[in-house]
Amino acid sequence: MFDRRDLLKGAGFAALAATLNSTKALALDTVTLPFGNGERPLLKYPQKRPMIGLTSRPPQLETPFAIFNDGPITPNNAFFVRYHLADLPYNLDPDKFTLEVKGKVDKQLKLSLKDIRKMKATEIVAVTQCSGNSRGFFEPRVAGGQLANGAMGNARWRGVPLKTVLDMAGVQAGAKQVVFGGMDGPVSDKTPDFAKALDLAHATDGEVMLAYGMNGEDLPFLNGFPLRLVVPGYYGTYWVKHLNEITVVDSVYDGFWMKSAYRIPDTPDNSVEPGTAPKATIPINRFTIRSFITSVTDGAKLKAGRTTLRGIAFDGGKGIKDVSVSTDGGKTWASAKLGKDLGNYSFREWKLPVKLAAGQLELKVRATSNSGETQPETPRWNPAGYLRNVVETVRVSVA
Amino acid sequence: MQRTVLVATTLAVAAMVGSALAAPVDYKTPDEVAAFKPGPNFEAVQGNCTACHSSDYIATQPPMKDKKGFWQAEVTKMIKVYGAPINDADVGKIVDYLAATY
Repeated sequence: MFDRRDLLKGAGFAALAATLNSTKALALDTVTLPFGNGERPLLKYPQKRPMIGLTSRPPQLETPFAIFNDGPITPNNAFFVRYHLADLPYNLDPDKFTLEVKGKVDKQLKLSLKDIRKMKATEIVAVTQCSGNSRGFFEPRVAGGQLANGAMGNARWRGVPLKTVLDMAGVQAGAKQVVFGGMDGPVSDKTPDFAKALDLAHATDGEVMLAYGMNGEDLPFLNGFPLRLVVPGYYGTYWVKHLNEITVVDSVYDGFWMKSAYRIPDTPDNSVEPGTAPKATIPINRFTIRSFITSVTDGAKLKAGRTTLRGIAFDGGKGIKDVSVSTDGGKTWASAKLGKDLGNYSFREWKLPVKLAAGQLELKVRATSNSGETQPETPRWNPAGYLRNVVETVRVSVA
Repeated sequence: MQRTVLVATTLAVAAMVGSALAAPVDYKTPDEVAAFKPGPNFEAVQGNCTACHSSDYIATQPPMKDKKGFWQAEVTKMIKVYGAPINDADVGKIVDYLAATY
């Protein structure tokens, strides 16, 4: 019915059609991420523009990096997708959806989506980023989802503070943590279901949010429709999607996804000697600080002379104080002009007019937060491939 | 034909996107495009691995020097950590296939 040329001609149409056409492959094209074995299909899912396909079951999609040059907010249809377990609630009914609040509370709650939407709403602009974003760049390489830098995104989230809901339920004395579960689950009952926990003080800080809105729309299905946890400054693993279960516990939750997975070395910079195992680990938590050049791609050919470099920076919630850029491989640095401040958890845009000399240049970018955290010159390493935040280098030919 | 499909699917997707409080979502992912490469003991892999995840989980793993060690560790993780019900007799076959094929 549709051949590949048709698919390439009208990507949006072809992909829509393909959802009805169960016999045809859907790859619109392929992209090659800049590491070994980096070839990926470009795929069109409902509610999404063509995205870099990592895995199809469960679905995992990476944002094409060029999108980060379009502005500080990542569009819903370009936002990355990460699942662990393949039993997704594909046919969930928002009218029947309930959020259960239970455990060490005075009053158990069962809230419908309507109940939650009637409550006083708040908004926050915040980045979420996969713990394994950029894992493909680790050397030595490590097992896991082999992502380039596109498993991150920044959105304006709308919802209600988790604190409001916990206050309604009445957290009992002795409570220690709050555990979050979503409607997606494992295929086999032998596989540990996905659940994450936050300390009570964190869960009730007023910033952690139950979000139903994203950039002025409902959450896209693959980003957690109809409700997800928003944990500003924390890695995406805590941002539980299709959130329907909140349990207050009086212990430190020891489920697999907290106790064994998503752990980082318990060392001063959370890294270990490449290729070695840490002696002790802690749960992954806040983002490390990062910055990117978005206006120029690696390997680009540029004209000598004046141009303006642009990009983004973010950290775990202190806010960006400075972004410095080097056009000579790190010998000299100049501070960029920061863009509009959308809050400490948001991407912060930056731009800098530069004069490029002819030759092979290494452009580098390095952010510093309000707490003084900055990016390392050489990559830190850990066996799970988390926390990457080395100073990024873009190599260009200038003539 | 193409026009009809376009209109029908656009409406379906539009209805889904706008369904804050409406019908069930009925989200449809595209078909899986990836498949396991042919290789020795293909059947053991097809039968054991695809129940829980698509083959691209394997195909996208990095090129490792010690392929056998890498895949042995991965298969062990699938059994011990994620509860994959793989018969002992199949473990070696799966590791051999993965090390030879990926």
